[in-house]
This record gives sequence, structure tokens and C-alpha cells, in this order.
Amino acid sequence: MEHIELFFKSIFIDNMVFATFLGMCSYLAVSKKVATAVGLGAAVIFVLAITVPLNWLLDQYILKEGALVWLGEEYASYDLSFLSFIMFIATIATMVQLVEIVVEKFSPSLYNSLGIFLPLIAVNCAILGGSLFMQSRDIATLGLAFNYGVSSGIGWFLAILTIAAIREKIRYSNVPPALRGLGITFIITGLMAIGFMSFGGMLTGGDEPEVTKGTVVQEGDKEVSQVEQSVEDKQTLNITKVNE
Amino acid sequence: MSLKSNLHSLKEKYRGTKMAPAFNALHTFLYAPNETTQSGSHIRVVDDLKRTMNTVILALVPCLIFGMFNAGYQHHLALGDIGRADGFFSAIFWSWDNLVIGLWKVLPLVIVSYGVGLAIEFLFAVIKGHEVEEGYLVTGMLVPLIVPIDTPLWMLAVAVAFGVVIGKEVFGGTGMNILNPALTIRAFLFFAYPTWMSGDKVWVHGAVARDKAIAAGQNVDAISGETVLGSLAQNHEPAYSVADMFFGMIPGSVGETSTMLILLGALFLIFTKIGSWRIIVSTVLGALTMGLIFNLVVSQGWITESSKFFGLMSTTWWHHLLIGGFAFGAVYMATDPVTGSQTNIGKWYYGFFIGFISILIRVFNPAYPEGVMLAILLMNVFAPTIDHYVVQGNVKKRMKRLKVKTA
Repeated sequence: MEHIELFFKSIFIDNMVFATFLGMCSYLAVSKKVATAVGLGAAVIFVLAITVPLNWLLDQYILKEGALVWLGEEYASYDLSFLSFIMFIATIATMVQLVEIVVEKFSPSLYNSLGIFLPLIAVNCAILGGSLFMQSRDIATLGLAFNYGVSSGIGWFLAILTIAAIREKIRYSNVPPALRGLGITFIITGLMAIGFMSFGGMLTGGDEPEVTKGTVVQEGDKEVSQVEQSVEDKQTLNITKVNE
Repeated sequence: MSLKSNLHSLKEKYRGTKMAPAFNALHTFLYAPNETTQSGSHIRVVDDLKRTMNTVILALVPCLIFGMFNAGYQHHLALGDIGRADGFFSAIFWSWDNLVIGLWKVLPLVIVSYGVGLAIEFLFAVIKGHEVEEGYLVTGMLVPLIVPIDTPLWMLAVAVAFGVVIGKEVFGGTGMNILNPALTIRAFLFFAYPTWMSGDKVWVHGAVARDKAIAAGQNVDAISGETVLGSLAQNHEPAYSVADMFFGMIPGSVGETSTMLILLGALFLIFTKIGSWRIIVSTVLGALTMGLIFNLVVSQGWITESSKFFGLMSTTWWHHLLIGGFAFGAVYMATDPVTGSQTNIGKWYYGFFIGFISILIRVFNPAYPEGVMLAILLMNVFAPTIDHYVVQGNVKKRMKRLKVKTA
């Protein structure tokens, strides 16, 4: 159940492109044709599926506060998480290089079809974002980390696939000259994000009684007291959530 | 001089100037164009863009009229002036008092929607120097029908401006947009002014005003206009019978309540071949599938009565078609020929997912009381992808056939 939830959530709700707007550079640059978009999307899924679990291991056994305890009790207080940016990006760059070498050796046809996109992925912020989200969201097990990598990759894949299809469709539209190219692509991305908001609030909405802070002015004396106000009305609660 | 020759001479006077498209549009709005194509090959058909649009508007008129009566009926019912109407032809419902309230509230919505939208269309036509397109005629009629009755007019104006400019004109106008403009307008309203677009106050005229009066210390009763979906989401038994839901005597957006009249509109659209029967049928199928799945979950006892989803999940599967904006969306919005799937196979997938996802959102997503709007927008986004793969599949199939023949 946990796995299914994470899978659905990272594809549709926390979509890399439409919820966090990560990986925009290659998303905008390589989405002119569906075929190339599919290639890049597949490469992103592949790399995310490898790097997120790897970085999870790094985080658990080296970087996290107290992670070094396996070396001995005296290392229990070490917190190396300030190194996570460097470590993560190093893993990603190495993995991308390794993957490139392996793919070139064993499947030249796939290597040719991916072309320049494979090395480009090293600088795709969705990949680093995947690892950093994995860290900040406290993904609990290696299996979940793998799941998270694959599913956020699929989310990114879906995004670039749909925008490529839309861009192919509007190729002959009479877009105002000032907006042609990137301008209209940004607008489309925004409109697509509205569509993807359909799922926002699902799975997260109000299982535990949520508490919001409200200010109540007491009559008589002018004392203003902060009170914790439990909100029963799910609807208003979630609408404020959406606005955040 | 008659109006026709007046308009014609005006048109001739401005021919070749910047304002020409605006006067051309005025002329063709009232009379058939008197120009013929001089050269090149051309096809004569009767169903030009304007006639297509007018057919849809004709199919919407019953909903609009019913919506006006319903606005007044819900208002008076909530105030306690009148009793419940029994049956569709009840004199309590079709009364003069109800119509007056309806005209008073609904006509301004229609006028603002058309006024702002058409003004922008004219402006763009003049600036870009092309003919005014008729695309807004349907959008302008749909918009007042899918907003709550008490929506402030300035909000509607802002949303219409957003929807027409960002949703349509930046793509090059009618026929080029990727999202349904009417739904873009509603989504803008929904996310920008959520308090005016959901809850149990906005669906009945006067409820918001009453709330303000109570807050100001006046001694009056609050009006509640909880929709059927609203009460189901709270695990309450809705206060309306199935017949009420079918005839549409329930609170809701102006034109979306009467499933019966929408059904008539659907038959009309299918008969005139304006709306795609494939999309309508597959949308309904998708919704019924999801409804059956949820009913199965309840009957298998996988979910307890205390769950917050129980009310909506245990709703009889086919009741989902009668409540909320589902029927209206499936018939008038999903069938939009521009933003929907264009291939026949694609239409089945497109429609099925609209129905499936809209019931999923409706039941499972506590953030949104109704899912049809967002489900259609989402599938609008996916429609080009579906079409792409259907076309690719066809290409592959034909290549294979070609190879077999030539080999």
C-alpha cells in the first residue's frame, strides 16, 4: 500500500515538472518532437532509478547525522549532510558516465538513439532534485527509494511526452510572433499544470485532524489570544492548502 | 435604407482599413455573407463554423431557461416562501416569481460573459487583421451556465479575460487552443476565488448576503444551499430524491442541474452530428466503471462507515451521472472538437478516462467537491498524446499491409 501510494503520488501529485518545475531546461529544449522526447524521458527514468537508491545508501550510511556509527561509537555525533550536494551530484555524474559507457558497449542502437541526451542528464535538475527530495522527505527503505526514483522519472516522462505531442499539434497554429517558441511553451506548461492539479490534495487530505492557527478577538477586554482551532470543514481546509 | 444595406455600406466604407474585421463580423453576424470565393478550389458545405456554434447554443437554451427558473426556485425554497415542487411540471417551479429572480441574476452573467469575451475577440481581430471568429459564441454561453449563481460580475469579467487571452488568443484563436476555454475560465475562478466557487453558500442566490447580514448582527436565519455532492461528502443523506436530481431541482451551478434537459441536448447534438457520440458514451462508461468499483469496495466491506469517503463511495453507481456537473461536462465540454481527441479510437480512450478520473476525483480528492472540470482539463492535456499514438499505430499497420502486398 505504501508503495502504491508513493508511486501514484510522485507521478501525479508531486510531478517533477508540474508541481516543482524541475528539469525545465531539457523539458523545454528537447520537446519539439515526440520521438526524441520519449528517448530523453526514458533516459531520465533510467538514471533516476539508479541514482536515487544509490544516493539513499550514501545518505543512510555516510551523510546523515549519526550515519557513521557503523565505524564505531565515537563517530555517532558526526553530521556530514552539508556534503550532500557535492556527493549527490558526484554520484549522478559518475553514474551517467558509467551508464553511457555500458550502453555504448552493449547496445549501440540505444546509445545512438539517445545521443546527446544521456550526458545532458547529468545536469538535469530533476535528477538532483529527485535525490534531494528523497533526503528531505525521509524515504524510509531502499525499496521505497527505488520506487521513488522510478515513479518521479515516469512523472517527468509523462510531462515531456504530453508537451511534445501538444507542440507537434500546435506547430501550424498562428501564434503571435512574440510568443513563438519558448514563450508559448511556458504558457502551455502553466495550463498543463492546471490540468495536473486534479490530483493535488489527494492522499494527503485530512486523515489526521489538522490544526490551523486562528486569531480570536475576545469581546469585553481587548485581549487577542492565539488559539488552536480545529477545522472540521474539509473543504475550506483543503482549499487553503491548495492556495499555499 | 434598411439595416442590411446600412451594414453593407458601412462594411464597404471600412474595407481595407484596420477596423474592417469588426464591421465584417457585425455584418455576417446578422446576414449571410454576400461574398463568393473568386479563385481556387473550394468546398461548399452548410455547416460552417457559425452554424455549428449556433447548433450548440440551441442545445444549451433549455438548460439556460431551466437554470433561470431553478435559480428563483432555490432562492424562494431556501427562504421558505414556497414548498417543494412535485414533479417536473409543478406550477410551484414554473412560476413568474422564480423567473424574475432568474432573469435578474442570470442575464447579467450572460451579458458580462459575452460582452467581455467578444470585446477581446474583436480587439484581437482588429490588431491581428483577421476575421472575427465565432469560437466565443459557445464559450460565452457555457460560462454563465457553469458558475454559481452569486458569482460577482467583476470576477467573471477577469476570468473571461484570462480565459480568452491566455487560453485561446495566444495560440492563434479559435480552433488552436489546447484547453477548453470555458473550463479554463472556470478553473481560473476556482483557483483564484475558491470561497466564491465552492462550499454550501454560493449555490443559492441570497445565501452569501444573508451570511453577511448575520455577521453584521442582524437577526435573520442563515440559508444553506448544500449541494448533493456536498452533503454526500459529509456523510449526510442528501435532502433530494432521485427524481429531483434527474429533473434538476437541486442547488448547483446555473445550467448543470437538469440531467433530463442535458440528455435532450445530447440527443440533439448527436442527431445533428455536432457532438461526438463516442465521447459521450465512453465518458458515461468510464464514470459507471468507477462508480461500480467504489460500490464493490463498499459491499466487500473494505471500507468502514466512519471513513470520510464512505458517503460518496456508497452512492449507487448510476446516481453519479445525475449529480454535480457530470452530465453537463460530458455532453457540452468533453465533446469540444478542438480540444478533445480527434481520432475515433482516441475518442474512446479520451472519454473513458474523463469519466473514470472525474468520479475518482469527486470521491477520493477531498480538496475538490467535483472532478469533472479538472478531469476534462487533464484529458485535454493528454488528448494530443493519445492522437499521436493512434496515428502512429495506424501508420505501422498500413506499413505492414504494404509490405505484405509488395512482398
